[in-house]
Amino acid sequence: MTLTDAKRPLQLNDIGQLRHFLSLDGLSRELLTELLDTADSFLEVGARAVKKVPLLRGMTVCNVFFENSTRTRTTFELAAKRLSADVITLNVSTSSTSKGETLTDTLRNLEAMAADMFVVRHADSGAAHFIAEYVCPGVAVINGGDGRHAHPTQGMLDMLTIRRHKGDFQKLSVAIVGDILHSRVARSNMLALKTLGCPDIRVIGPKTLLPVGLEQYGVSVYHDMNEGLRDVDVVIMLRLQRERMQGGLLPSEGEFYRLYGLTTQRMALAKPDAIVMHPGPINRGVEIESAVADGPQSVILNQVTYGIAVRMAVLAMTMSGQTAQRQLESEHAAKEQN
Amino acid sequence: MTLPNPEKLLPEMAAALDSHLAAHGISDPCFIGIRTGGVWVAQALLKARDQNEALGILDVSFYRDDFTQNGLHPQVRPSQLPFEVEGQHLVLIDDVLMSGRTVRAALNELFDYGRPASVTLVCLLDLNARELPIRPDVVGATLSLPPEQRVKLLGPEPLGLEYQTLAPAAN
Amino acid sequence: MPIQILGARLIDPSSGRDEVTDIYCADGKIVAIGKAPAGFAARQTIQAQGLIAAPGLVDLSVALREPGYSRKGSISSETLAATVGGITSLCCPPQTKPVLDTPAVADLILDRARESGHAKVFPIGALTRGLAGEQLSELMALRQAGCVAFGNGLANFADHRSLRRALEYAATFDLTVVIHPQDRDLAEGGIAHEGPAAAFLGLAGIPETAETVALARDLLLVEQSGVRAHFSQLTSARGARMIAEAQARGLPVTADVAMYQLILTDEALHGFSSLYHVQPPLRSATDRDGLREAVKSGVISAISSHHQPHEVDAKLAPFAETEPGISSAEILLPLAMTLVEDGLLDLPTLLARLSSGPAAALQLPAGRLAEELPADIVLFDPKRSTIVGETWHSKGRNCPFIGHRLPSAVRYTLVEGRISYQA
Repeated sequence: MTLTDAKRPLQLNDIGQLRHFLSLDGLSRELLTELLDTADSFLEVGARAVKKVPLLRGMTVCNVFFENSTRTRTTFELAAKRLSADVITLNVSTSSTSKGETLTDTLRNLEAMAADMFVVRHADSGAAHFIAEYVCPGVAVINGGDGRHAHPTQGMLDMLTIRRHKGDFQKLSVAIVGDILHSRVARSNMLALKTLGCPDIRVIGPKTLLPVGLEQYGVSVYHDMNEGLRDVDVVIMLRLQRERMQGGLLPSEGEFYRLYGLTTQRMALAKPDAIVMHPGPINRGVEIESAVADGPQSVILNQVTYGIAVRMAVLAMTMSGQTAQRQLESEHAAKEQN
Repeated sequence: MTLPNPEKLLPEMAAALDSHLAAHGISDPCFIGIRTGGVWVAQALLKARDQNEALGILDVSFYRDDFTQNGLHPQVRPSQLPFEVEGQHLVLIDDVLMSGRTVRAALNELFDYGRPASVTLVCLLDLNARELPIRPDVVGATLSLPPEQRVKLLGPEPLGLEYQTLAPAAN
Repeated sequence: MPIQILGARLIDPSSGRDEVTDIYCADGKIVAIGKAPAGFAARQTIQAQGLIAAPGLVDLSVALREPGYSRKGSISSETLAATVGGITSLCCPPQTKPVLDTPAVADLILDRARESGHAKVFPIGALTRGLAGEQLSELMALRQAGCVAFGNGLANFADHRSLRRALEYAATFDLTVVIHPQDRDLAEGGIAHEGPAAAFLGLAGIPETAETVALARDLLLVEQSGVRAHFSQLTSARGARMIAEAQARGLPVTADVAMYQLILTDEALHGFSSLYHVQPPLRSATDRDGLREAVKSGVISAISSHHQPHEVDAKLAPFAETEPGISSAEILLPLAMTLVEDGLLDLPTLLARLSSGPAAALQLPAGRLAEELPADIVLFDPKRSTIVGETWHSKGRNCPFIGHRLPSAVRYTLVEGRISYQA
């Protein structure tokens, strides 16, 4: 007996446009490229005196953060405001009992106040999917990070960074270093790079920080940092997430730095024009040497600017897809009546 | 009814533009084409005026008034204005003036760059179908079309015009 | 009331009987098979031509949720749901509130079950007080009160020594211990099988070794103590092989598997549906295939539903915050018939895994169709289908098979000669 459950992918509308932005899984190269192109346009807007466009005027974007974050939250706020949307930000502290009710009730109350879009960050993998599917089906959901599963806007801003500084993905060698096991950024990056045609994606870390089944991402695994960095064009350093590590995965930060820290010496193994990226916040002296983080090859600060443009593109495209779906459904209903 | 040949209209438009600018005491304006057709017309017009001015490109996708009905245009590209708008005389060029909403969007966008000294509007075709009080200063030709017909500009070289018939509205 | 069942194909796995015949029941027993006894006056006749008559199914793991979890289920609702699935005898686990570690709780459960009058209930008592894995429950008192076996669920013992002593105590009095092999430390924090699917979805993993390490330890301690042990809810092919090896060297251990583990794999988790959140977790396709082979060979001699009904809220949250469990007692027979449909088992073997096999594992007075035995019978039509969810009796609708069409349909379930369910 086989169970087939073929449903339309949750985050796409009937004509294949984004209506939610939950994960990079299942999105085509064309769609991701369109997103990057749209982000380019928003970068240009960000360079003007008046950094706003009226696209989402009259609409309300609710940032609902069940997990603390200053960086992601503020860039989403900025992105929504630059689209002329009204923005509400809720920091919901999670209680240990009946979390499910709190989440559902909170969001339904916001929907009742005419929220058009939720940006959600949550400690549980699958939270954004859950909300998109069950809580408020008519409201666009943007995943601002769910557990270890996905951080699709970060993935896309990393891709925009690579495209702007290094060009064609199909010619690049990219290394992702550190705590892949617990990293939603790493998972989103691996998916994006694969979809965009990067032929050489490397993950570097000790066995205890790498998940099983990495083959499904089409990446090469390195335990030796020096080997892994050889001739790469892009180095993405992940934060060593102290608070997420249960005991026993690493002996110490010191040993991690000695073996996997990105030092000036190690950077010399990569291509001379290689770029250094980091989703932030940086742990200086743990995963990266200050000289490298602040050095000429680092594009870490640019990533923040690109992040606003990418998030503007995501908000705009998703709102557009929701609108298109409503249009399609009312046309369909009108046809049914005749 | 046969459509006019844009290549033939351009010299007259160039001359008309020069008169208009002289009459208003405008020298050294900056030229801006509205993507995509307006840019082609602007490039051809600049060639006809035989002057090597820089051309600004305006993409109005983010300023359109139909986002809630039609969503985002899939082919958004960044605008590129290689000059300051603040205090500048501008010549804004589009291919086909129909409802006037594109020009309205373009004006809104320009004003987010700065406060221009003036904006002169040049259109290749005026379809006499305005829904807003927008008036071109220089027009190549005026046409009236039946309701299901549109006109499309072909380009960039040579420029041409062709009819397009819309599909009948769903009942 | 005297009932006669005419023209059914009777399959009794333990005797090997497989023939079209008539069955005569009175006073709760089967009084004759084949020919009516002299003076038999049926008050009810079931025309069973085209139907199969099998021993009422024996399900070793059905959570009734009473006492203590009334939002999830009650003895009345869940024993009824069980009969819909063809089950006439079931074992309920000790995870009630309060835990089934005192005779009073056992009495309550048995009284309620008798009042409800649906499937017969054989409680499994808690091996340790509160299931805390430290102090032994009063096993003999619980046995007197009606507990047929003792288990600690997935909750581990405080240390190996406590586990060993519990097994030896049980062995003293010839009590059967039900073991759910999962090492707490290796499983720590995990909610899904540690494999590519969980890695992709970012769900914390429970490695296969959580089961096999516990199994290795448990088998050796079972051997040392001489206790009669039944291993419940296997999930891995490797685990099934370890049971097979133990059986081959003469250790009299038995094992069961949840029916849904023979169908679903961790691939079902894509999309994050909480309907597939179960403990122990769904594992890989290789594991599922290995378990199916073990069921076929008889290494695993019992299939259970591992019925765990939940209220809607328990499943309406992001995956990690939902409670594990699938409600499926009421479709046990049709769901199990997919194994026949797939060609894995023939019908008598399947019925053995659902009746005589489980009964033998826990030495229950059930699972056989023969004269003088209780008239616990399921009559089903192998040519019809069941559309899952068209009717639903369990309080828990947390069943991923709802909406699917399954082979065969239960028509009558008789418990002690009384029609408990009729389609």
